[in-house]
Amino acid sequence: MQTIRNLTRRHWRLLSVYGLGAAWLATTAMHIPDGYLSPITAIILYALVIPFWYRGLQALRTKVNARSIPMIALMAAFSFIIMMFNVPLPGGTTGHAVGATLAAILLGPEIGGLAVSIALIIQALFFGDGGITAIGANCFNMGVVMPYVAWWVYQAIGGTAPLAANRRVVAAAIAGWVAMTAGALITAVEFGVQPMFFTAADGTPLYAPYPLDVAIPAMIIPHMLVASVIEGAVTALVFSYLQRSNQAALQLNGAPATSATQTGPLSYRWLWIGLAVMAIATPLGLLAPGTAWGEWGSDEFADLGLSYVPTGLARLESVWGAPMADYEIGFLGNASAGYVLSALLGIAVVAGLVWLLTAALARRQHPAS
Amino acid sequence: MASARGAIERTLAEIGHVLEQSLFAETLSRQPGLLQALDPRVKIVGLLALLVSVSVSRNLWVIGGLYGVALALAVVSRLPVGAFVRRVWLVLPFFTGMVALPALFMTPGPTLWSLPFDWVITRTGALTALFLLTRVGTSVSFALLLIWTTPWNTLLKALSVLRVPDGFILILAMTYRYIALLLGIVDDMFLSRKSRVVGKLSTADERRLLAASAGALLGRSLQLSTEVYLAMQSRGYRGRPRTLDTFAMTARDWAWSFGLVALAAVAMVVGQVGG
Repeated sequence: MQTIRNLTRRHWRLLSVYGLGAAWLATTAMHIPDGYLSPITAIILYALVIPFWYRGLQALRTKVNARSIPMIALMAAFSFIIMMFNVPLPGGTTGHAVGATLAAILLGPEIGGLAVSIALIIQALFFGDGGITAIGANCFNMGVVMPYVAWWVYQAIGGTAPLAANRRVVAAAIAGWVAMTAGALITAVEFGVQPMFFTAADGTPLYAPYPLDVAIPAMIIPHMLVASVIEGAVTALVFSYLQRSNQAALQLNGAPATSATQTGPLSYRWLWIGLAVMAIATPLGLLAPGTAWGEWGSDEFADLGLSYVPTGLARLESVWGAPMADYEIGFLGNASAGYVLSALLGIAVVAGLVWLLTAALARRQHPAS
Repeated sequence: MASARGAIERTLAEIGHVLEQSLFAETLSRQPGLLQALDPRVKIVGLLALLVSVSVSRNLWVIGGLYGVALALAVVSRLPVGAFVRRVWLVLPFFTGMVALPALFMTPGPTLWSLPFDWVITRTGALTALFLLTRVGTSVSFALLLIWTTPWNTLLKALSVLRVPDGFILILAMTYRYIALLLGIVDDMFLSRKSRVVGKLSTADERRLLAASAGALLGRSLQLSTEVYLAMQSRGYRGRPRTLDTFAMTARDWAWSFGLVALAAVAMVVGQVGG
């Protein structure tokens, strides 16, 4: 009986992933309404997005100074309208682009992200599209994650090619696809952590009900197939139109991307992109069963078919007790939540150490300064 | 839903819908009624407090009660109650309902209903779906109350009560203004193109047309931003926005702001008791 139960449940899980996928496909929108995210998540995302708005306003002041206000207002209005364009795909479906990639390529991620955020705020405040408590979340997903990812990918692929090069059109298309997929992934993670942290006393999820292993595939797969394709196509088509008829618009973001800062070692840029992708993908580890090969604990040797534990291993194992053994944070009382948090803490600790190390090395190289 | 209508027509319809919606809200917000007469700052603080209390509630009855409050406020503000209910509950099942449906079966918990073919609706699943639907529906209703009873320019000015900087409010106001203008421009662009087309455009042509329109619109927006800046400068703009603060709180406004916030506070406390 138990196995039948399990089978049907697994069966259902699979079906629901596809059902949910269909639902997202129908909406192809990442606008989170009020009620999907807990207030704590909403506050955290507001806190995360505000420094980026500040940065955007700063960039606006230094790059366009006094003209900045009408310029950002019109760019935000433009983003709002681009979000309304119905773009046809082969096969009869239509969908909407977010336009964050285009904004990032044209204005840079700081100002482009600000324009998209303002459009999203207006949608929430005046048209009831996307929640008011979720403004922080929506602006983070579409006004921070998307433009920055888009910018990195566009820079990495576009390289030093001239503005009119076809390579830049390809870069714009891929940037759109990757940015939208990254935005959908982050949205899915926000949904997926809800049932980990925010449940009633009896375990009933109070907000978005699906765990990471359902939310991520349900969001990612349809986005990769439809919405990301639309974002990439719109970006590339508009970009190539501007190449042909309005190159001045492509130079808004100061000098074209052939300046000295962009010709730095490509390998570093790829390294940062790779790191960012891996950091974003950490929650995927929750989906994988088992232990990494070669990282077994002594209690797992039996599962591998070994009947004894090497004595050296048994002796050494107790020498070092990690503060967050098995990536679990005790007081949270939840393994998955601890896993995600420890990933973030780990990144912060390593980044901090590397920063200290490079600062020390730099000082040694330039003792005078 | 496939392309019985082309993408251009759909975009045109959507533009029309957005304009219609904002006109509808503007008309309602200028009619007499309880919320319309309140100081916009009271509405922002009061309705946001209620929105937050919906968001933190762990009790379905409290969320239900708060929806009752939203309905009562709509009635006393003489909003069209039918439209108020339909706008939320006709749209919600298609989006949030679709999202919540699998949760009925997937959430592990005690059996509520056994359906044929071994499909089991769990009690936990039903509860979580109900939480999602009622929470989203009630939140949207409070947001609608704010949108339908406050003219957009007053709503923006009143944001200063939330410590939103004046410069940011000015940007929001100008964006809203130019959205209306750009919508008109896009509408004209598509109509004029359509009027020159015989028959049906292929999907690829439609895509190219949309992209070219977007590119052209960008060019016009940039040009317009220069013109707007010159106009602002000629009127003496020096990089610092100045606004007239004409709001004045009356005794009635104070009473309602305390009332709404107190109600939200009570709902927050009671809502912590599960149920």
